[in-house]
Amino acid sequence: MKRVLETKEVTGQSPNYLLAKAQDLIDWAVNSSRANSLWPMPFGTACCAIEFMATAASRYDFARFGMERQAFSPRQADVLICAGRLPFKLAPVIRRIYDQMPQPKWVISMGACASTGGIFDNYAMVQGIDTIVPVDVYVPGGPPRPEGLLYGVLLLHKKIKGESLFDRAARREEQPLDERGLRLPPEQIDEISEPFGNSVHQFRSA
Amino acid sequence: MNPSAEALRATFGSAIGRAVESCGDTIVYVDRAALLDVMAWLRDTPGQQYDYLVDVTAVEYRDRERPLELVYNLRSLDRRVDVRVKVELDPRGDLTVDSIVPLWRGADWLEREVYDMFGVAFRGHPDLRRILMWETYAEGHPLRKDFPLRGRFSRAEQVRQALAANPEAHYSLEELSIAAAYDELPPDMRERLRRGERGKIPHSE
Amino acid sequence: MTKRTVELALATPGLDAQGRPARLPLAAAAREPERHGEPEAGGEHMLLNLGPQHPATHGVLRLVVELDGETVVRVIPHVGYLHSGFEKLGEYRHYNQIIPLTDRTDYLSPMANNVGFALAAEQLMGIELTPRCTVLRVIACEMSRIISHMVWLGTTSIDLGAFTPFLWAFQERERIYNLQEMWTGARLTTSVTRVGGMMADVTDDFVAGLRQFVDTYPKTLHEIDRVLTRNAVWVGRTQGVGAMTAQEAINYSLSGPMLRASGVPYDVRKDRPYLDYDSYEFDVPVGEHGDVYDRYLVRLEECHQSNRILRQALERLPDGPLNVADPRLILPPKSRAMSDMEAMIYHFKQVMEGVKAPVGEAYVGIENPKGELGTYLVSDGTAKPVRWRIRPPSFINLAALPKMAEGHLLSDLIAINASVDIVMGEVDR
Repeated sequence: MKRVLETKEVTGQSPNYLLAKAQDLIDWAVNSSRANSLWPMPFGTACCAIEFMATAASRYDFARFGMERQAFSPRQADVLICAGRLPFKLAPVIRRIYDQMPQPKWVISMGACASTGGIFDNYAMVQGIDTIVPVDVYVPGGPPRPEGLLYGVLLLHKKIKGESLFDRAARREEQPLDERGLRLPPEQIDEISEPFGNSVHQFRSA
Repeated sequence: MNPSAEALRATFGSAIGRAVESCGDTIVYVDRAALLDVMAWLRDTPGQQYDYLVDVTAVEYRDRERPLELVYNLRSLDRRVDVRVKVELDPRGDLTVDSIVPLWRGADWLEREVYDMFGVAFRGHPDLRRILMWETYAEGHPLRKDFPLRGRFSRAEQVRQALAANPEAHYSLEELSIAAAYDELPPDMRERLRRGERGKIPHSE
Repeated sequence: MTKRTVELALATPGLDAQGRPARLPLAAAAREPERHGEPEAGGEHMLLNLGPQHPATHGVLRLVVELDGETVVRVIPHVGYLHSGFEKLGEYRHYNQIIPLTDRTDYLSPMANNVGFALAAEQLMGIELTPRCTVLRVIACEMSRIISHMVWLGTTSIDLGAFTPFLWAFQERERIYNLQEMWTGARLTTSVTRVGGMMADVTDDFVAGLRQFVDTYPKTLHEIDRVLTRNAVWVGRTQGVGAMTAQEAINYSLSGPMLRASGVPYDVRKDRPYLDYDSYEFDVPVGEHGDVYDRYLVRLEECHQSNRILRQALERLPDGPLNVADPRLILPPKSRAMSDMEAMIYHFKQVMEGVKAPVGEAYVGIENPKGELGTYLVSDGTAKPVRWRIRPPSFINLAALPKMAEGHLLSDLIAINASVDIVMGEVDR
C-alpha cells in the first residue's frame, strides 16, 4: 500500500498527504468496526458482577453499544471486563484467560477492588489487577453504577478509535510474563501495592 | 444456664471444665480427649438431642497467654435450645483434636476451614487440606494473631507465587481410585494417607 | 380445546387431583437414579473441570467432576477463589466500620447482612432498639429476601434454559434497587445499619414507593409461577433431582430453603425470633421431597410471604426516634457536632476511638435468604472485636453438593448447583 502510493505522482499534493489520508480512512474503518462490535468476556467475581448483570439486563441493556454477544469463552472475546475483587488464588486464572484471548484485546477494570484492592488491603487480595494484566480503562466505584460501566465502555470506544494500525509504537503486542514470572518489575509492584491515603486523619486498617 | 451443662458434668465428671454464660448462651469447656464422646452423647441422648451442628470455628485472643479455643455451636431442632462447646488448646503446643465428621457430615468443610485458617489438625477427618487458600500457600495460617494483616511476604513475592500456581491442579484419577478403594485399604495405609501433608482422600461414602 | 388447555396437557404428563404436577414419593426420589446410556461401555472414567470462570457455576466456583459416560460419579468442589479475608479485616476495625464489609459478603442481600451484624454487636453491648428501628430492619430484611430470591430465580432459569423469567426478575430487582437508593444512596452496597440504630431514616416517598411495590409485585410472581411451575421442561429437569431427605439435610447442617425443602420446618424467624418477627403473621413453606423442584417452590412461596410481611410492616411503621438515645453510641447530627462542644467531643471519640464493647461473646443467627446467617462476635473489651465469625449459610449448603449430585447426569449437576443458591462472596469470605 505504502509503496504504491509513493510511486504515484499526484500533481498539487504531496504523496505523504494522500498516504496519511488513506491511512486515516483505513484506521477509521477498522477502528469503527472494532469499537462498535466489542464482544465482552465477563470475568465476574463479586458484587460488581451483579451490577454487570444489571447492565446487561433490560433497563440498561449494553447491547445498545454493540456488546450484544457476551463471549463466555475467551477465544471469541475482545474485551475482558474484570468485575469484582481479585484474590491471589484467582490471579493465575485471569492471566490464563487474558493469554487465551486473541489480539486485539482490551481490559476494563470494573470497581475499586479490581483497580486498587479497595477496602481489601490484606493478605488475600491482589492490589490492582494491573499487576497481573495490562488495563485500558478503570471504572471507579464500589460497585460502579451501570451508568458508570457504560461510561467506561464509551471511554474504551474512544480509546479504540484513537488507535492506528500504522503506528508501530502504539501497536498492540502480546505482553508475556518475564523470566521472573511477573508482568511488572517487583519494585513497581511493591510501590503500587502500598496502602493509599495520605491523610493522617484517615483511619487505616493496620 | 442451660441444664445440659449440669447433665454433662454428672456424666463425664472431670472432663468437663467450667461452664459460663455470655449474652444468654451457655458455654461448656470440654477436655479435648473427651470431645468426641461428649458430642456423641449430646447428639444421641434422649432429653439432649442436639442433632444440628450450627458452626465450628476457633478463636485466638490478642492476649498471648490465653489458649486458643475451638468453638462448636450445637442446636436441638426439636427443643429449640442451643449450647456452645469449647475446647482449649495451647496455641504454641500440639494443635490436634478429634474430628467430628463421623457424627456430622456438615463438619467436613467447617473443620477444613479451621485447619486452613488456624492450623488446627483434625484427627480422623477424611480429607484434611486447605480449603480457602490454595494448597501450596506458604505464608501460614491467616487468622492466627501472629499473622500480619498483609501477609508475610512482599506484594511482589505474593504476586509471583500466585502467578506461578497451577490453576488446573486437581486430584488425578489414580488418587481418586485410591480414594474409592479407601475402605478396603489396610488400617496402617489409611493412617499413612491421612497423615500425608496434603490429604489425598476426597469425599467417599 | 383452547390453546391454554393444550399447553397444560402438554406441560403436565401426570396431574394430581388439584391440577399440580404429580410427584414421586420421597423414597423414590432419593433412590439411586437409574443409570442412563451405557455406563459400563468403556469402563474408563473421565475428569472434567468446570470453572472457576464458568457462567453456570454462579461465580468463581470450580468443580472437578469424575464422569462415567455422562453420569456423575463424584464431584469435588474447589472453593476459595474469592477468599477476601473479611474475618481478618474485621479484627482491625471498629464495630461500625465492619458494617460496610458485611455488604460485600453476601452481595445479593446486603441489607440483611447489615442487620445480622448490627444485631450481634447490639446483643454484645446489651442495647435495646427503638420500635421504629425494629420495624425498619424487618423491612430491610424482607426487601433483601425478595431481591436475593429474584436473582436466584433469574439465574437458575437461565441455567435450565428459560430466559424470560430472568428479565422479569431483574426488572423487580431494579425497582427494589431504586428504593434502596432512595433510603441509603447506594444501589447495592447499602451499609444501612449502625450499632444502635440505622444510618438514615426513610422518607415518605420511600414508604409510598414500597407500598406501590408491595401492591404490584405479586403480579410478577404469578407470571413466573405460570411460566415455570407447570412447564414440562422445568418440571422434568427439576423433579427428583438432587434430593436430600430430612435426616440427611440435618446431618449436613443445611439451613434456610434447602433445609425446609427437605421437610424440616425450621425457620429462625419463627423458632428463635429476633427483631419483632414473632408478632407478624406469615407462613413458613416446607417441602416434602427435598429436590430442586421443591426448593424452587419454597423460594417462590417465600417471596409471597416476604411481601406479606412487608405489607404488615408498612402498616405498623411507628413514628418516634430511630436511634437509641445514647450519645456514646450514635453520632450527633453534623450541625450540632460543629456548634456544640459536648456533641463535638462525642463525635470525636466515636470516630477516633470507636464504641467499646464489654468483655464477652455473642452469637446471633438470622434467617437470611440463603439460610441461617450467624454472626459470632468475641470481644476483649476494646473497640475492635477479637474475632468476627460469619456462619456462612451457602458455604455449608454447598458442602452437600457432592452428596446431591452423585449418580445424576452432568446437566443435572448444573440444576443442583443452581438450587443451592450460592453466592461466592459468602462461600469464600
